[in-house]
Amino acid sequence: MSLVEPILEKHSGLKLFLMTVFGRSYPRVVGMQRERSWIFFDIFVPLLSVSAYVFVYRAIGAPEDYVGFVVVGGAMTAFWMNILWSMSSQLYWEKEQGNLALYIISPASMMAILLGMAFGGLFATLLRAIAIMIFGSLLFNVSYFVVSFWQLIAIFSLSMIALYGLGMMSASIFLLLSREAWHFSNLATEPVYLISGMYFPVKNLGFWGSAFGSLIPLTLGLDAMRQLIFKSGISLGFLSVKIEIVSLIVLSIVYVIAAKFLLAHIEKLAVREGRLTENRR
Amino acid sequence: MKNSISLRSFLSASWLGWKIESNWTDPFLFATYSIIKPLASASILVLMYSIVTDQNFNNPMFAYLYLGNAFYQYVPAVLSGISWTIIDDREHYRTLKYIYIAPVNIPLYLFGRGVAKFITGSFAVLITLLAGFLFLKVPFDFQQTNWPLFFLSLILGILMLALLGLLLAGITLVTARHSYYIGDVVASGLFLFTGAIFPLEVLPVWLRPVGYALPITYWLELLRRSLVGNIAKAFPTFTSMSNFDLILVLLLTSLIAGLIAIFLFNKCNHSARERGLIDISTNY
Repeated sequence: MSLVEPILEKHSGLKLFLMTVFGRSYPRVVGMQRERSWIFFDIFVPLLSVSAYVFVYRAIGAPEDYVGFVVVGGAMTAFWMNILWSMSSQLYWEKEQGNLALYIISPASMMAILLGMAFGGLFATLLRAIAIMIFGSLLFNVSYFVVSFWQLIAIFSLSMIALYGLGMMSASIFLLLSREAWHFSNLATEPVYLISGMYFPVKNLGFWGSAFGSLIPLTLGLDAMRQLIFKSGISLGFLSVKIEIVSLIVLSIVYVIAAKFLLAHIEKLAVREGRLTENRR
Repeated sequence: MKNSISLRSFLSASWLGWKIESNWTDPFLFATYSIIKPLASASILVLMYSIVTDQNFNNPMFAYLYLGNAFYQYVPAVLSGISWTIIDDREHYRTLKYIYIAPVNIPLYLFGRGVAKFITGSFAVLITLLAGFLFLKVPFDFQQTNWPLFFLSLILGILMLALLGLLLAGITLVTARHSYYIGDVVASGLFLFTGAIFPLEVLPVWLRPVGYALPITYWLELLRRSLVGNIAKAFPTFTSMSNFDLILVLLLTSLIAGLIAIFLFNKCNHSARERGLIDISTNY
């Protein structure tokens, strides 16, 4: 009796892509069910961290809308962390564990594998973002003033597409990197919080500073969301919401297409230079 | 003999930790990486403060939050340095089981591995302080600084943080590798309670006892008092306590935290051995 079941049907195209996404997200979802300490460390504790920034604003007598800015910014950090640690640097970890070579050998697309990682971690990410939004809003009496619900949904969706496109682009670099990858991810936390205005209106970085920060889709997404849900948001916004929507559409297209080409190109480069199984321990 | 094993465990682990931490790149890039993160972290608070107060850096509140944040960088550095060693050795290098069967004192080995992060953390603290003194009008007078108090507080605080790191290392022994550094996450959570960036009076009354129970709170207050005594006195939290009182409370709370840490580490260590978790790989 054969140990391996024969493959009766060859999968390709979209079906293979979707199966790969499912296949890579499955162990992550199951893994999170098996060991649930992440609920405390990944959801409850970040809520405390966000609260610290709220109390800084309270201590220096900031207008109440700033408290809301921190809550929304704190919620959005969850998505950046998901990209950084559950997608990009996970590739480095997979390389060290020996799984990366297996991914490349298989007929599955790297984009699908990365999406699978992202979707697998999305449950925790969403839970963290929602918990910060709900508990933050309730604990600190944040009042929202939604200008346009549809624009809000559009902004959030576009931000996510562009952000995950950027995540896949940066993940491609991790195919080449070794231990530097870990340090690179570490470096992309607080500096990114700074230039994307996670805890303050990004406009305060000045035009060029904000424009540079806007290369990270979270910056424009966050700025537009704040304009759409807070009374003082429009006066503190960097660009008008319409311009930010257009910019996010452009970023989404550019990043997703660039991710596809970069992944393919760097995969080839990594294969040629023998970097996929390299283990500079 | 036992002492020599302990000392050797600590020194070898310190050297190993330093190599792992620093030899992935050239010294210049390493130094750049080491300072960008803390400077960005400080800049977030500086910007938040300057936006609301219109750059009123002369207010004692600014010096309070700036210094508190600068020294708080030791907390994630030491906590992560010690606790991440478990994941690094267990799942990345897969050497934890060999360390366990070698004549090594495990807690001292973990402390040693944390030394590298402590050194890079010190570098980051120094750079952040210098930036504050030179560019942001954070008051500092070399001659008026209470240096004995500063160094005594610093040493006591680092020892206390190392014990808290051991506690987290124990928890890490019995948990999976998730996408975060447990030390960084816990440090960011404790940021709220320790009066690092705002006086404890700003917290709701029901949350303040958590801050009063944590040794980090007293440690930060002592460091502030030693560097800028007049600024620290501008906030009412500990005005009724002398420096000596604060040191005593820091010692007492550290002792309690240390006993809890050692007890929990031993318990988790035993549990991890019993459940076969020492060489587990939880990559998902």
